[in-house]
Amino acid sequence: MPYRLLRFALSKKYPEPRMFTEPDKLKKHYDVVIIGGGGHGLAAAYYLARDHGITNVAVLEKNYIGSGGTGRNTAIVRSNYLTAEGVRFYDKSIKLFQDLSAEFNLNLFYSERGHFTLAHTDSALRTMRWRAEVNKHMGVESVLVDRAFIKEKIPEIDLDCGHNMPIIGALYHPPGAIARHDAVAWGYGRGANMRGAEIHQNTTVTGIEVKNDKVVGVKTNKGMIETNKVLSAVAGYTPHITRMVGLRTPIVVHPLQACVTEPIKPWLNAIVVSASFHLYVSQSSRGELVMGASLDPYELHSTRSTLDFAEGLSGHMLELFPFLSEINVMRQWAGLSDMTPDFSPIMGKTCVEGFYIDAGWGTWGFKATPASGKTMASTVANDQDDETIKPFNLSRFGQYELVGEKGAASVGH
Amino acid sequence: MKILECPINGPRPIQEFIFGGEYRPMPDPDKVSDEVWADYVFNRAGEPGIKHEWWYHLSSGTWFIAEHDTVKDVFIKTYLHQDMNENE
Repeated sequence: MPYRLLRFALSKKYPEPRMFTEPDKLKKHYDVVIIGGGGHGLAAAYYLARDHGITNVAVLEKNYIGSGGTGRNTAIVRSNYLTAEGVRFYDKSIKLFQDLSAEFNLNLFYSERGHFTLAHTDSALRTMRWRAEVNKHMGVESVLVDRAFIKEKIPEIDLDCGHNMPIIGALYHPPGAIARHDAVAWGYGRGANMRGAEIHQNTTVTGIEVKNDKVVGVKTNKGMIETNKVLSAVAGYTPHITRMVGLRTPIVVHPLQACVTEPIKPWLNAIVVSASFHLYVSQSSRGELVMGASLDPYELHSTRSTLDFAEGLSGHMLELFPFLSEINVMRQWAGLSDMTPDFSPIMGKTCVEGFYIDAGWGTWGFKATPASGKTMASTVANDQDDETIKPFNLSRFGQYELVGEKGAASVGH
Repeated sequence: MKILECPINGPRPIQEFIFGGEYRPMPDPDKVSDEVWADYVFNRAGEPGIKHEWWYHLSSGTWFIAEHDTVKDVFIKTYLHQDMNENE
């Protein structure tokens, strides 16, 4: 047995430094309180400390770090969206992601795989051509490819899909990547904590005190905190928090299910997505196939798993990759997706002074983590919406200025 | 298999139904301000709880109201819109 392990067994105290410290008590006052210890909240704390020198910050998490959407997504990072606003934002994120392992000194297993969005119909191909042109214009590598190219990159694929809905082409996005999603939360958490921010796990927010339309404090199960700035970064739990400050939003929560197979020999390098089959799949560095589907078809605030999902997804997987018929599914789970009507996030200031919102992350939240943290940090620090996220303000609905993002994963077209 | 009770056709598998969103009484568009109208068009009560929802039975073309617990995923009762007052 290695000596290192023996030390763990014999020591009464944990002999290695933890990723972050766990303070016992909340302070009376913080400059900024961040609700939600997922990737987005921790990233905001990190950039607030690193870029803006604001370190008297508490991140409140009702469960453990990364227990929500951050640890439940299928860890895909890409920027081949459809709207200029979306492409600009997600490209900023992908560029931050690329340097993040070095910046954190923590291996995020960031792995560029190339991302294929398969077209089974003419209308899907048309949208992809549109996306490719928008992407190229914005300087994002993205190109329409034919069947031969797909077969060359993914030899195991059945291009005819069992003669059900043959693949006619694909949108290919070389920088498409996967990463170890919980490490992203830990890296941001450690970085923020090193610079002075506090992370409070098992701390539930029970109310937000607002006086004259200004935030003055946050009530928690561990006591009251005085603060003038609150950032809500709770994705699927947003309606709980917005109710506390009397805001209404268009957010509707649906579960999104995913599963992994047993680990198998590496064979799939690319990330494969088919909107018509409601399917996306990649192979993790451990060899598991990580698969996800479209949203559950009705509103629900539960992370239960269903057989319908596993059955439907497996059926479509076998149409694409018939040789997988003997492979077992190991785990299945669900996360809560806070959907918006235009498939774009809701970010920035609100009509309640000192209440900032980072929500509406539906099925596209993980890839946005760095850019969201950075832009929300700048928004909170300067009390002014960052330039990149101006189109995503909550007020866009009242002004009928939606950002129709048909490049989002759950959109079948 | 999950079963939902159609007020006309009785218990049917949930695959036969389509979710139509939260039940929301429509304000008169000619009489309300733009803000109230935008609130009606876009905003939703996104919190968990027992909700009144529109559901549609595909096979028979029936729209009806379901009282749905969105935390436990349990349908408490279903009825036609015209019977809503009796069921409140």
